[in-house]
Amino acid sequence: MIKFNQVHKRYPAGNHALKNVSFEIGKGEIVFLTGHSGAGKSTLLKLVAAIERPNLGTVLVNNQNIGVLKDRALPYLRRNLGIVFQDHKLLFDRSVFDNVMLPLQICGFDYRESQKRVRAALDKVGLLRREKANPITLSGGEQQRLCIARAIVNRPSILLADEPTGNLDAAYAQEIMAIFRSFHQVGATLLISTHDSSVLQDTSVRTLELREGELQTASPATTMSAKRT
Amino acid sequence: MRHALSQNIGALRRMFATPLAAFLNILVIGIALSLPTGMYVLLKNAEGLVAQLSSTPQVSLFLKMDARTGDIDELRSRLAQNPAVDHVEFVARDEALEQLKQSTGLADVIGGLSQNPLPDAFIVYPKPGDAKSLEALRGELAKLPRVEYAQLDSAWAYKLEALLRFGRVAVLILASLLSLALIAITFNTIRLQILTQRDEIEVSKLIGATNGFIRRPFLYFGATQGLLGGIMAWLIVSLSLLLLNYQLKPLSELYASQFVLQPLSLGDSLSLLLFSLYLGWLGAWLSVARYLSRIEPR
Repeated sequence: MIKFNQVHKRYPAGNHALKNVSFEIGKGEIVFLTGHSGAGKSTLLKLVAAIERPNLGTVLVNNQNIGVLKDRALPYLRRNLGIVFQDHKLLFDRSVFDNVMLPLQICGFDYRESQKRVRAALDKVGLLRREKANPITLSGGEQQRLCIARAIVNRPSILLADEPTGNLDAAYAQEIMAIFRSFHQVGATLLISTHDSSVLQDTSVRTLELREGELQTASPATTMSAKRT
Repeated sequence: MRHALSQNIGALRRMFATPLAAFLNILVIGIALSLPTGMYVLLKNAEGLVAQLSSTPQVSLFLKMDARTGDIDELRSRLAQNPAVDHVEFVARDEALEQLKQSTGLADVIGGLSQNPLPDAFIVYPKPGDAKSLEALRGELAKLPRVEYAQLDSAWAYKLEALLRFGRVAVLILASLLSLALIAITFNTIRLQILTQRDEIEVSKLIGATNGFIRRPFLYFGATQGLLGGIMAWLIVSLSLLLLNYQLKPLSELYASQFVLQPLSLGDSLSLLLFSLYLGWLGAWLSVARYLSRIEPR
């Protein structure tokens, strides 16, 4: 589903964001991506979403090579991805409902069918009662859930989440992880970047750790104990 | 379909969310377009006038008042032998007076005359040539016996035509410059719109919007603004012509003429609207293309 092969990413300023990163995530897998801030987690996710292109190596997403994919083909790749942004990227000039409607609008979905899907997605994240509200009136946790609803409304095969539990307390974080797990259960592939120790306690989940742009080969268990100290 | 519709209505709603700014833009576009359009209309009217007044040059040869029939016949045969002359037409003095009465509305004045003040005349139609050779012919004819005066009637038509050519080039330059201005106005309006909707564009791109999807509402906006500007220009030109015709009426009555400025024809009106629509669309396209090229992944 997602395959990195000796990927390097360097920014024009000169800092090396990713160094020789190789890994593979299979269909239907759920993977945590961890590491200190600045370790390259966001860059890695941006490469998967084709927001950035690698300088060296190949990034394959759904068997498509991000490095050589034409700009014209990018939209169709991204329609198979759901992205939960760290900063949510919600639009405050429209209602909660219309925010979730946007991906379906972009794909040109039938309007009636879209309405049903939007309500289903809002129901899943527990925001159905707030559909007419402006997202600016929502709490941080609610905004995060709205962002998730927008990411899953399109039923993408891959879901990327960048620090989805970043500023939330533990109870909220568990709630959000439960939503992700339910989405995983219906067959989606998930890549979740986090440094939230309460989330990383779940040792059944494979964890990739980045340290200064390099992927660590340590086992998930040791990563976890290092995190907790 | 519903989506596309709501997207486009959204574009128009945004336009009228700031009605004053939208109106000012449309007004500026209208004025910019009305200048070359107005000049074009005046030019077309002038061209019509010139065509109406016949631009085939002719030399009027007025004979001396004491010219007799014999002199006239001799002159006629000499004119026929001149290689530069195509054909001639004789206008007897009585005939000329009659024509004058009919064509100018000066019947009252002429009726009061005790005798016919007009001489006999030949109208000489020269073979085609430039203004210089015509002038030479006129000089030659003026020296013929019994000729009082030779007048090159259509020299002014040549001059006018040269003037019209000049006018056409001027209109073309003005139209090109102001078209660029229209594109620039739209470009800038759309650029400002893009700035206020940067978040929406960015998010849309990130969740799989094609460039076409992002471009569409802006193109509709630009085209609509251009079209409304074109309609504004049409109104400005049409109202100005009405006003001018109103002022022209007493003037043309003084000359006993039926001259009125013709308004824009249906075809010209449609061209104006289509052209302004296209320029608005183009300005929007350029503006969005410039922005989109900057947010592609590197």
